[in-house]
Amino acid sequence: MKYINATIDGMPVSVLEGTTIMEAADKIGAHVPRLCYHPFLSTEGACRICVVEVEGMRNYLPACATAITEGMNIKTNSPQIRQTRRDLVELLLDNHPKSCLTCDRDGNCELQNLAYKLGVRERLFEGDRKRHPIEDSSVSLIRDAEKCILCRRCVRVCSEIQGVHNLSQLYRGFDTVVAPAFEAPMDDSVCIKCGQCINVCPTAAFIEQDATELVWAALDNPDLHVVVQTAPAIRAAIGEGWNLPPGTPSTGKMITALRRLGFDGVFDTDFAADLTIMEESHEFIERVKKGEKLPLITSCSPGWIKFLEHFYPEFIPNASSCKSPMQMESTLLKTYYAEKMGIDPEKIFVVAVMPCVAKKYEARRPEHYLKENVPHTDAVLTTRELIWMIKAYGIDFLNLPDGEFDNPLGFSTGAGVIFGSTGGVMEAALRTAYEMITGEPVKELEFTDVRAVEGLREATIKVGDLDVNVAVANGLNNAKTILEKVKSGEKQFHLIEIMACPGGCVAGGGQPLVYAGDYVYPLYPELIRKRQGALYTIDERKEIRKSHDNPYIKEIYKEFLGKPGSEKAHHLLHTHYEAKLPRGIK
Amino acid sequence: MEQTTYTLDQDIQDFISNCMTLEHPESYLIAVLHKVQGRYGYLSEKHMDEVAHLLQVPTSTVFGVATFYHFFRLKPAGKFKISICLGTACFVKGADLVLDAFKTELGCSLGDTTSDGMFSLEGTRCLGVCALAPVVTINEQVFGNVKPTQVSEILNKMKEAKVEA
Amino acid sequence: MKGLWGHPTCINNVETWANVPAIMLYGADWFSRIGTSNSKGTKVFALAGKVKNTGLVEVPMGTSLREIIYDIGGGLIDGKQLKAVQTGGPSGGCIPFDKIDIPVDYDNLRSIGSMMGSGGMIVLDESDCIVSTTKFFLEFTKDESCGKCLPCREGTYRMLEILERITSGHGEMEDLDKLERLGNAIVKSSLCGLGMSAPNPVLSALKYFREEFEIHIKEKRCPTQRCTQLVTFTIIPEKCTGCTLCARRCPVSCIRGFNKKPHEIMQEYCIKCGECYNVCKFDAIEKI
Repeated sequence: MKYINATIDGMPVSVLEGTTIMEAADKIGAHVPRLCYHPFLSTEGACRICVVEVEGMRNYLPACATAITEGMNIKTNSPQIRQTRRDLVELLLDNHPKSCLTCDRDGNCELQNLAYKLGVRERLFEGDRKRHPIEDSSVSLIRDAEKCILCRRCVRVCSEIQGVHNLSQLYRGFDTVVAPAFEAPMDDSVCIKCGQCINVCPTAAFIEQDATELVWAALDNPDLHVVVQTAPAIRAAIGEGWNLPPGTPSTGKMITALRRLGFDGVFDTDFAADLTIMEESHEFIERVKKGEKLPLITSCSPGWIKFLEHFYPEFIPNASSCKSPMQMESTLLKTYYAEKMGIDPEKIFVVAVMPCVAKKYEARRPEHYLKENVPHTDAVLTTRELIWMIKAYGIDFLNLPDGEFDNPLGFSTGAGVIFGSTGGVMEAALRTAYEMITGEPVKELEFTDVRAVEGLREATIKVGDLDVNVAVANGLNNAKTILEKVKSGEKQFHLIEIMACPGGCVAGGGQPLVYAGDYVYPLYPELIRKRQGALYTIDERKEIRKSHDNPYIKEIYKEFLGKPGSEKAHHLLHTHYEAKLPRGIK
Repeated sequence: MEQTTYTLDQDIQDFISNCMTLEHPESYLIAVLHKVQGRYGYLSEKHMDEVAHLLQVPTSTVFGVATFYHFFRLKPAGKFKISICLGTACFVKGADLVLDAFKTELGCSLGDTTSDGMFSLEGTRCLGVCALAPVVTINEQVFGNVKPTQVSEILNKMKEAKVEA
Repeated sequence: MKGLWGHPTCINNVETWANVPAIMLYGADWFSRIGTSNSKGTKVFALAGKVKNTGLVEVPMGTSLREIIYDIGGGLIDGKQLKAVQTGGPSGGCIPFDKIDIPVDYDNLRSIGSMMGSGGMIVLDESDCIVSTTKFFLEFTKDESCGKCLPCREGTYRMLEILERITSGHGEMEDLDKLERLGNAIVKSSLCGLGMSAPNPVLSALKYFREEFEIHIKEKRCPTQRCTQLVTFTIIPEKCTGCTLCARRCPVSCIRGFNKKPHEIMQEYCIKCGECYNVCKFDAIEKI
C-alpha cells in the first residue's frame, strides 16, 4: 500500500492511498460537517454539506467521496465554504415542515443539530414545499415523506444491509420521493418491518407507530390487569436513554421503573426464550433423527420471518414452528398465568417491550390471537417508547433501586438472556441440544465460534458422534448468502440462526438512537459489541446458564405443558407461516 | 413456488430471457421498458412487476427508473399525442404561448390526457427542426411555425380526421 | 472515480466522435491548424432564434459571433436590433450585443460568463425579455435536475420561484442578491455538470442586463411586454366593432359590452392570459 502526502488546513497528512478527505480530516481533528454520509453504508455524496476547497479546483469537492491525491492542498474552512454549507442546510429547512417542537425526533435530529451548528439563523429562500400524505398503513412504522431530506440512508440500508430493496428514489428533481414500488402503502409492499430505516434516518421521515397512548390508557383502566414483559436486549440499552454508556446492564432499574408506571406484573421474555430453546431443541433433534426438513432455521425474529414469507417461501418448511419468545410469553400470560391467578384472560392486558418494530406487526398477525379481537400481545413498545414513558412519568431512572421480575414467568437462565445477540439463540440451543443428544453435560459452555458481530459465521460443532454444521447470519443480505448456499447444495447445514437486524436484537429497529459525536450511528460495530457485552456479562453471572436447568421451565412442563413437543405445547407454543405477496426479488 | 402468471407478450418475455444470459442483465432494464411501452403504449404496474421478476431487478428500482425518465408514461396516452417543442429556439419564437393556447382549448394541463381519452398534451425538448419553430407534432404529423391562433383549427382538423376514420 | 461496471469509460458527444475519423485520417497537425491556440478545429453551432437563416453551422474556432449571425445567418428577421446571443444551451449564458466581436472559443465564452456547452446559439432581438428567457432556462434545468444532490434539486427550484415572483410583479430588490447567492452556491457545490452550470443563464443575465430585472421589480413592468402578468390589456374603443368574440373567448368572462358597441375589460378580474389580444381581428386590443 502506498502512502499519499497532502495538506489539510495547513497541516501535513500522510495517508494510505484511497483514503478520503473526510477520513483524513477526521484523523487530524478537522471535523467536516456531514449529513448523507454513513460510515457503514455506501458513499452517496448527495447532500454536499461536507464540501471542502481543494487548491486548483474550480468548484468545491465532497470530502466523503473524494480520495486524497498526492500534494493535494485542502481547506475545510473559509467564510465562503461556511456560507455555502449554511445555504445548503437552509435549502433543506425550506423544504421541511416547521414542526420541530412537536416532532418525535426533536432534540435528537441530525438536521436540527446541523442547522444549529452551522448557524442557520435566517430563512432567505423560503417558498413552496413538497406535500405528501403521512403513510401509516403499517402497524410497525410510519413514513412521513415531508420530513425526508433525501439522504437515501434508508434506501441504502434497505438494499445493502437487508437486501430487501423495498425503498427506492422515485420520480425526479424537486418531486423526488423515497417510497416502495408504485408508491404502495408500506403494508402492501415487501417491507419486512425491521425498522432499520428508522435507525439510520437523520430526521423523522421514518418513525415507529406509537403504542404509548394505548399503554397509558390500559394502565389507567381499573378493570384491566396490565402486565409487561421485556426482551433481553432492552436491559442492555435502556440506560442509554439517560446517557449511561452503551452496554450498561440496567435490569433492576428497568423493573422498578415498570412497577412505578403501574404494571401489575413485570415478567421476563427471557423465560420464554428458555422455553423456546426447549421446544426448538426438541424439534431439532426430531428432524435430525428423521433426517428431514434440515437445516432447521430459527424463527424468533419477526423481520426475518416476514422476509422468509416474501422472498424465500420455499424455505418455510425449514423454519422452526416455534413461536417467538414474545409470543410464547404472551400466550402463557393469557393461559397458564390467567388460570393460576384466576383472572379472565380477556381482562389481562399484555404489553411487550421490544427492541424491534417488527414485533408490533408480529403481535397483530392473525395466528397470534386468543380469540377474535383478543390478541395474545396487546401492545408492543419499543425501547425508545419505554424510555420516553419513564421520562414522561417523571421517574428518576438513574436513582432507582433495583427490582426483581415476578415469577414464575420472570425467571430465566443465562441462555435466555443471550437471545438478544446475534449467535445467542444458536449458543443457547447448542447448550441444551448437546445435553439432550449426548446425555452428558456440555464441557465448554461458551460456544465462542458462534459469537461475534460479523454478519455471517459458519462453524462445525462436535455433538457426541455428530458433526453439527451451523451458521449464524444477521442482516438479511447475509441470510440470503446462506440460503443460496443451502439451495445450491454447496454446504449441508443442520441449524441456522437468522436475525433480521445487523448484530441481532441488541441493534434492533426499536433501540435507542445513540450518538457518535454529532451523528446517530446505529450500525456501529462498537455499539453492538458493547450491548452484546452486557448480555454476555449477565449470562456469565447467572448461576443457571442452560435453559433445561431452569426450575420454572421444569415446573411449567410438569404442571401445564407436558413434554416438549407435546400436543398442548404444539397448540400453545407453535405457529405457522405462509408465502406472502408481493413476492420479493432475491 | 413462482406464482406470478406473466401477461407480457411472449416475444418480450423471450427478449428478457435472452438478456438474462448476457453480462449485466440488469443493464437491459431501460431497453426492456422501451419494448413494453412500445407494445402497450404505457407501463402498467402489472407489467413493471413482471419485468422486475423476469429481469430480477427490484420492483422499486424498476418503478424508480420508469418515473425518472420523462419518456416513460404510466398512464395510457390519448388517441392523439400532442407534443409541443419547448426547446430554446421554439421558446424564443413563442412556444409557451402556443402551449397556453393548447391548454385552454383542451382544458387539460401539461402531461395530462383529456377526459374523453382523445388528446394527451406533452412538452418535448428540442426536436431538431428549429427552422420551423415553434414546432408541434401530433402523433407522426409535424406542424411548423405554429401560432396560438391556429390551435383550435388544428384540433378541429384532428377531430374531423377521427370522424372520417 | 470509476466507470461503468468498474471499467474505464468514455462518454462523448456525437460531434466529438465525428471529429475522430478526420483526425485519424489527416493527423493532429492538420486539425490543429484550424482554430485558436486553446480551441482547435471547427465547431458546429445550432443557430436559431430571431435570425434569418437558421440551422446547423460549422465554423472554425475563433469566428466571431458577428460573422456567424450576420454573414452566415443573414442578420435578424425584420431587420430588428440584436439584443443578446444565448450560447451553450440552457446552462449557458446570455452574451450582450457589445460583446459580439469576440472570437468564439472555449476560453473566451467562459470569460464572458457563457460557455460552448451544447453548441446552441440562440439570437434574441429587442422584443425578447431577458428575465422571462432566464426563467425559461431555469424551468428546463429544474425539470432536468435528477434530484440526487441537494443544491441542484432544491436550489434551482428556489431560483425559479424567485424568477416567477419577478415576472409576475411580486419581486423585490433583495431577490437579485438571493439569486446571486443561491446561484453561486449551486455552481460551487453541485455534484454534476448540470447543477454546476444551471445558474449560468441567471448569473450572466444579472451581470449584463441587471437593469431589465430592476424595471420588472421596481416599475412592475416588462419592457418587451413578454411577461404577461406585467402587461395590461385594454380595448381601444375606436377600433372595437363590438363583435363579442373576445368576450366569448375570455376564460374568466371579464369583458363586457353590448353587441356592436365597444367593449371594456374589467381589469380587476383579468388574469392576463392574452386570449382577447390573440383572437381580436381588428387590432382593437392594446398591450401596455
